[in-house]
Amino acid sequence: MSYEIAGETGTWELVIGLEVHAQVVSEAKLFSGARATYGGEPNSQVSLVDAAFPGMLPVINMRCVAQAVRTGLGLEAQVNLVSRFDRKNYFYADLPAGYQISQFAHPIVGAGKIEIELGDGSRREIGVTRLHLEQDAGKSLHDQNPTRSYIDLNRAGVALMEIVSEPDMRSPEEAGAYLRKLRTILRYLGTCDGNMEEGSLRADVNVSVRRAGEAFRTRCEIKNVNSIRYVMQAVEAEARRQVSIWEGGGTVDQETRLFDPQRGQTRPLRTKEDAHDYRYFPDPDLLPLVLEEDWVEALKADLPELPDAKRVRFVSEYGISHYDAGVLVADQATADFYEMVAGGRDGRLAANWVLGDFFAALNRTGRTIADSPVTAAALGGLLDLVADGTINGRIAKDVFEAMVDTGEGAAAVVEARGLRQVVDTGLIDAALEAVLATHADKLTEYRGGKEKLFGFFVGQVIKGMGGKGNPALVNDALRRRLAQ
Amino acid sequence: MSLEPATVRRIAKLARLGIDDAEIAQLQVELGGILGWIEQLSELDVEGVEPISGVGQAALRMRADVVTDGATREAVLSNAPDRAGPFFSVPKVVE
Repeated sequence: MSYEIAGETGTWELVIGLEVHAQVVSEAKLFSGARATYGGEPNSQVSLVDAAFPGMLPVINMRCVAQAVRTGLGLEAQVNLVSRFDRKNYFYADLPAGYQISQFAHPIVGAGKIEIELGDGSRREIGVTRLHLEQDAGKSLHDQNPTRSYIDLNRAGVALMEIVSEPDMRSPEEAGAYLRKLRTILRYLGTCDGNMEEGSLRADVNVSVRRAGEAFRTRCEIKNVNSIRYVMQAVEAEARRQVSIWEGGGTVDQETRLFDPQRGQTRPLRTKEDAHDYRYFPDPDLLPLVLEEDWVEALKADLPELPDAKRVRFVSEYGISHYDAGVLVADQATADFYEMVAGGRDGRLAANWVLGDFFAALNRTGRTIADSPVTAAALGGLLDLVADGTINGRIAKDVFEAMVDTGEGAAAVVEARGLRQVVDTGLIDAALEAVLATHADKLTEYRGGKEKLFGFFVGQVIKGMGGKGNPALVNDALRRRLAQ
Repeated sequence: MSLEPATVRRIAKLARLGIDDAEIAQLQVELGGILGWIEQLSELDVEGVEPISGVGQAALRMRADVVTDGATREAVLSNAPDRAGPFFSVPKVVE
């Protein structure tokens, strides 16, 4: 299924690449002992290293290195045992040293890949070019004072992973799927919390358009897009802008742009200047980063099961559909919850419950799995009561709603409300006779050959028993009675 | 080794140095002298020699991921030319 933009002079193909900045999960910063977590008072998490005081020397945080390696392994990428840090020079008020320590020529992680799945079920592999470690900058506040900018350096020096994709994506949907999948992998690995609202995951989107079969044309980079939805909108808006320039006889200039979600447009970020001459050179304060192969192997052995592998296992182990497995593994908490419910039980039934009534209840109550009123053990208990015949599937839905409302366990709800299913054949027969008497007309129709009314009778009998009739027994009794 | 005046201006701009046109001729000479001196290194044959970025230790020393520093706002702000409460204050940066 190829995505194209229909211009006035024919169709255009999109070429999209993403540079994602992912904030590394760690306690301290990449090169200093200051706290790296989000949300402190302004400038309360700043060491003299981060503020670039003279004579301060960077010392690298081993956990940040491990997180980058683990992410590389999770992307099935090559880990470079020797990498190096460079200075990327530019002047900005929230970059006190006048340079960012980054990895330019020798990144810690080389080529990898991410498999994405699209709405029609088709799958594509998107290449990852590289992943490197670098420092984040501080934060500038421009709206606090008419003539001054305020600077908060709490974020300065926090470790970032810049993850660069190949220009392999061809539609807004693919760009969205890539970012979503990358975020899932990062969250499984615990290397980035993936929180786009707080800025711990930010995307720079490179977009160009071309005629089918052509070489690449000039691209524009849309900076700092902070939601998956905006990434998709920005790609489309920028592609349309470029198509109209080319079709109008103009030329697209390579430039940095911003996406304005309110207007649904991109606009130039800054006028062209020498800002892009970063004059990279090896940071003389930092020796090459050399990793032991054994250390990398140990990190690899310790990786959690990742979403693709988990999905395959769910299909084979629990007998659920590939699609359902995909929904369940998209979020690790959901996958863990499902496994607790499904363990030792009917995997398909468990999937239906988790994806159906359980998710609906979370949506309705505005809760998440973490603070769900029904735990995995409680939902499992409910399925056990269905499996051992204590209640039927229909009553189970009512029991579940009561569990959501009260937070009580399934057995307690069943006992308190007398919802045990009726297996007394005498009671079933009585209910059955009452239904047939009430619906004598339907009985005549049934006898006349309208056999699908059987289901109607079953439903009426169970309903007549307050929902508690055992469906199998009711079926049997009805079949016997109607055969007479 | 001689630098064009335009190159001198560009280097100055990247370094955020304001220079007068009158200074350019002298800077051409000075920078040219530095570059010429460094240029001597290219006489060495380094074919097949791995670049090094430091001497002594072969590899980077690492620190544990422990917060040991940073709650030092007053020290950090003490040398700032200007501040506004807990923030550094700088001339408005216009994007």
